Amino acid sequence: MSLSYLLKRCGLTLYTLVIVSLIVFAVTQVLPGDAATMLLGENATPAALAAVRERLGLDAPIWVQFGHWLMGALHGDFGTSLRTGEPVAPVMIEALGRSLLLAALAIGFMLSIAVPLGVLAAVRRGRLADVLVGLVSYVGVSLPEFVTATIFGLVLADALQWLPATGYVPLAEHPGRSLVHLVLPVLTVSVILIAHVSRMVRSELVDVLHTDYIRAARLKGLSARTVLLKHGLRNALLPTITIVALDVGYLLGGVIVVEEIFALPGIGRQLIVAIEARDLPAIQAGALIMAATYSIVNFMADLAYAWLDKRIQYD
Amino acid sequence: MTELIRRLLRTPQGALGMAIVALVLLLVLAGPLAAPHDPDTMAPLARYKGPGLVYWLGTDQYGRDILSRLLYGARATVIMALLATALGSVAGAIIGTFSAFLGGRGDEAIMRTIDAIMSIPSLLFALLIVNLLGKSSLDAVLAIGVAFAPGMARVTRSVALTVRKQDYVQAAIARGESGSHVVFREMLPNVVAPVIVEATLRVAFAVMLFATLSFLGLGAQPPAPEWGLMVAEARRFMHLSPWMILWPSVAIALVAIGFNLLGDGLRDALNPRT
Repeated sequence: MSLSYLLKRCGLTLYTLVIVSLIVFAVTQVLPGDAATMLLGENATPAALAAVRERLGLDAPIWVQFGHWLMGALHGDFGTSLRTGEPVAPVMIEALGRSLLLAALAIGFMLSIAVPLGVLAAVRRGRLADVLVGLVSYVGVSLPEFVTATIFGLVLADALQWLPATGYVPLAEHPGRSLVHLVLPVLTVSVILIAHVSRMVRSELVDVLHTDYIRAARLKGLSARTVLLKHGLRNALLPTITIVALDVGYLLGGVIVVEEIFALPGIGRQLIVAIEARDLPAIQAGALIMAATYSIVNFMADLAYAWLDKRIQYD
Repeated sequence: MTELIRRLLRTPQGALGMAIVALVLLLVLAGPLAAPHDPDTMAPLARYKGPGLVYWLGTDQYGRDILSRLLYGARATVIMALLATALGSVAGAIIGTFSAFLGGRGDEAIMRTIDAIMSIPSLLFALLIVNLLGKSSLDAVLAIGVAFAPGMARVTRSVALTVRKQDYVQAAIARGESGSHVVFREMLPNVVAPVIVEATLRVAFAVMLFATLSFLGLGAQPPAPEWGLMVAEARRFMHLSPWMILWPSVAIALVAIGFNLLGDGLRDALNPRT
């Protein structure tokens, strides 16, 4: 990995973060009816409104407000919540931790299912197993999370009583019960990802298995297993890293829905609560933290990819 | 064009997708005529019914006929998703083509910005825009359209870059045609095919996203028979009748599967590799 590649990728990530913060700020700050009216209600006196605007810095030009907000955000200060009056940042960071646990478990679970499925479909290309995997993945990508969540909840929690329907237990407090509460959310967000990634693994592996070096390895007399795992899968999994990283964006969207349905106090649920309460600082913090997480994950995936595959040297 | 359709129908995905999408569009157009009951008529004595002879798919918490609500709701869900996709595709196609036309640093700047915008997950972006505009079906359509535009721009631009190098585009530039002429009259018509493929795949996603927004209470508002909203309302009564959840879920999945299959089939028909 060359230094210039590293620098360029760093620059792009910074640019992304700036653009994202601009969009988040612009989209939230142009709200019809400003934060002062929201705080004091429709019947507030003009003098009281002006006082609150001054206190919140809403009377300053929009660029000054943006600079002020961005500087605060860089120092981890997203202002105080209009709903609770508490600082936003600590609440959001704590919620982010819970969401990341959910996301990490989902990615781990997804890979342990999707990769074997993809390999099976590629090896048995055109046969029954391939058709079945393809069919299941079509159904999988076509079910929105709220539908899968509802169905899983109905079957596993309601009818069979195997799992708790909703709720959250901190990992530190009781690891076993905490994980049991995470099973339904993890299952739900994994479905679409499994469907998508298994298709990608299949198509990458099918392409790889047609290359000359695989033929050479076979002709050399290596066992089918060695050819598949050491020569085929290794090369097919490299592009999968990028796909999984891109899917993290989708995963974060799924996390919002799933946390809302299963009453998991993660960042997605905080965001929905903030949007319903029109709690500006909380919306801004939640949105920015989520988008930043996604760009940093992609940044790391690109570095990992460039490090693992020495052929990648983007100019 | 007939050749394309023939190739499309020869693949299993294409044929099945085409059949499902045709059925869905038929239901969207003729749904209200085919509905056996009025979607808003309440029947207090026939609540939480399972599937039966009078109410084929059963009734909901007010005794409203689920089948009729689904048929009326097809408009609320599918047309909104189509509208949102069309909006995002047109905007994205214009931006992408324009970026490819510019080339050089301008193109670089536009594409990097688009990459940056795309690092906001679609659902989050849509939530932010709904928050800005308000909670209603049309606002949700606009939100999904805006959230789709960057992705469409990226797809269009990669095709438009090849078109940009074609002789007829070079000729138009050499003739001294204006930028808008080159973009709209020379380049755009030639990027339509891949845009349509991408848009077809995105309709599936739009249906899901629109239903998700409604489910979260940020899209269509009660008592609209929108499918996502029907699932959201049915959740409170799932102990009394799981059918209320099942049918709208099946409807959403069916539409999404149909458009996914059709999109994949179209892609294969347009780029015959094997």
